[in-house]
Amino acid sequence: MSELFRRFGRPGGGSILATAALWALLLVVLPQLTMVELSFRPNLPAVARGGPEDVWTLANYTALWTNPLHRTIFWQTIWSSLLVTVLSLLVCYPVAYHLAQEARGDRALLLATALVIPFWVNEILRTFSWFLILSRNGLVNRVLLGLGLIEEPLALGGVGAVMIGMVYAYVLFMIFPLYNALESLDRNQIEAARDLGAPTWRIHWRIVIPHAKPGIAVGCVMTFMLAAGTFAVPQIMQSLPGGTNARWFTQIIYSYFFDGGDWNRGAAYAFALLALCLLFVAAMMRIFRVGLADIAK
Amino acid sequence: MRSAGLFRLFVAGYLVLFFAYLFLPLVFMVAAAFNASRFPTMLPWEGFTLQWFWGFDARGRPTGLFQDARMGAALLNSILIGLGVICLSVPLGLAGALLLTSLRSRWKGLLYAVLVSPILTPGVILGISTLIFWQRAFDLGGGLFLAVIGQSTFIASYCMLLFMARLERFDRTLEEAALDLGASHLQMVRRILLPYLRPAILSACLIAFLQSFENYNTTLFVIGAEDTLTINIATRVRLGLTPAVNAIGVLFIAATVLAAIGWALLRRRETVRRERPAAAPAPKLAPARA
Repeated sequence: MSELFRRFGRPGGGSILATAALWALLLVVLPQLTMVELSFRPNLPAVARGGPEDVWTLANYTALWTNPLHRTIFWQTIWSSLLVTVLSLLVCYPVAYHLAQEARGDRALLLATALVIPFWVNEILRTFSWFLILSRNGLVNRVLLGLGLIEEPLALGGVGAVMIGMVYAYVLFMIFPLYNALESLDRNQIEAARDLGAPTWRIHWRIVIPHAKPGIAVGCVMTFMLAAGTFAVPQIMQSLPGGTNARWFTQIIYSYFFDGGDWNRGAAYAFALLALCLLFVAAMMRIFRVGLADIAK
Repeated sequence: MRSAGLFRLFVAGYLVLFFAYLFLPLVFMVAAAFNASRFPTMLPWEGFTLQWFWGFDARGRPTGLFQDARMGAALLNSILIGLGVICLSVPLGLAGALLLTSLRSRWKGLLYAVLVSPILTPGVILGISTLIFWQRAFDLGGGLFLAVIGQSTFIASYCMLLFMARLERFDRTLEEAALDLGASHLQMVRRILLPYLRPAILSACLIAFLQSFENYNTTLFVIGAEDTLTINIATRVRLGLTPAVNAIGVLFIAATVLAAIGWALLRRRETVRRERPAAAPAPKLAPARA
């Protein structure tokens, strides 16, 4: 702390400290604490707050377990998000490897630029573009009808469609961390392994993948977090025919806040989701032996 | 050697598939924006039209994107929020980075964890906790102000990481030399530190604006009855109105392509100037979190 004041003087250091403290408190710590606190209280009208009924309770959390529909959607959200994460990793690994290790010069620049473009088209429009392909009059149905393979348009909605949309929306959050990790791998290591007769799969298993560990961890954490916490993708994909069963946990939370008006229950559900995401981050950090500084880059 | 050759062929084929997967949906979306069909679809092709940008239907009602006043209002809100986020996130990120780089104690790790945690928190939860806290503590409801606050929660963290990355390579002796030679702290900051941080400040402003502009999940909870561009797009998409949504997509993609080309040319010039033709580009753009 004394270093701060030595560098910036008393007023300068003081204002830096105050600004950072305000940020940490008002934008991060207090909102989260308020949310958690709210989740342990019953939903009461404003006049009854602080009254005899306003006691600590676990009711908002037990509701998540006793309501079979909510419990199912909760697990379905987690499970689908895990699948989306694994799928994204499989889809992205070869591309990231090629971009980082094999492509050179203008070609690498072209590929990287091509990746950036869909990256900045926002999530909703990206999902919408897949919605158009899978919709009743969409490309898939048109092509199948045109080929005479089907008589009636297929209803392509459902959890699968949501997952397709998510992999599409989030692949780039997987590619870039992988690429950043693989870029620092010395190509001589691969050459040496090849000269010593290692087959391609073993080079990847023993050299490339271990080197990419931090990137894999970051990509998986980002993708999982985005998938579990998304509202946009399921909301759009549900409008597909047959898509109404693909409900996402965030939608239940949303309806508690804006349709049901039970913020306490909504806060409890939100905290359950957050806890699961944090658990996932912790698990990835342990499995891949990386620190927080590697993840938040 | 044979296995390596086969592998290379596999990778080439895979890359073609991957980029098709990435771009074909966008191509279809763009094509549908120019299709005269009443539904947002590319097939069947009913003729080229610009009516989803500007035009009238058979009964003389406006159909175009640019004729929609709500769209204009939403765009204005998005820009206002984006500017607000810049004004809040960049100073916060800078203060956080300067504080963390001056700390040596065990508090450093804890503070770092607190300040980057929003990046690892789902966007909806940032929105929810912001909404609850400001409502309970200050009796403030959703709106433009709360949108700025909610988005800055995680955008400030991105800014901080940008500043920390740049400060890592900063030669601290410059600072000390200035102070030893009698400069005041303010002079040192103005003449040494800020000029050095200039590129990072500029990219922080750009990224803060873009992140804010594209944000949906956090904004949805804190925006109240107001409208932003992404909220507006989502409403249109959900109600499946007309190909005017595709027209927005065309504009987004056009802007992105132009920016990407500009960025690539800039990088290329840099690489040529540094005479490192073998150096692969490092696109370390922060991802946009909707």
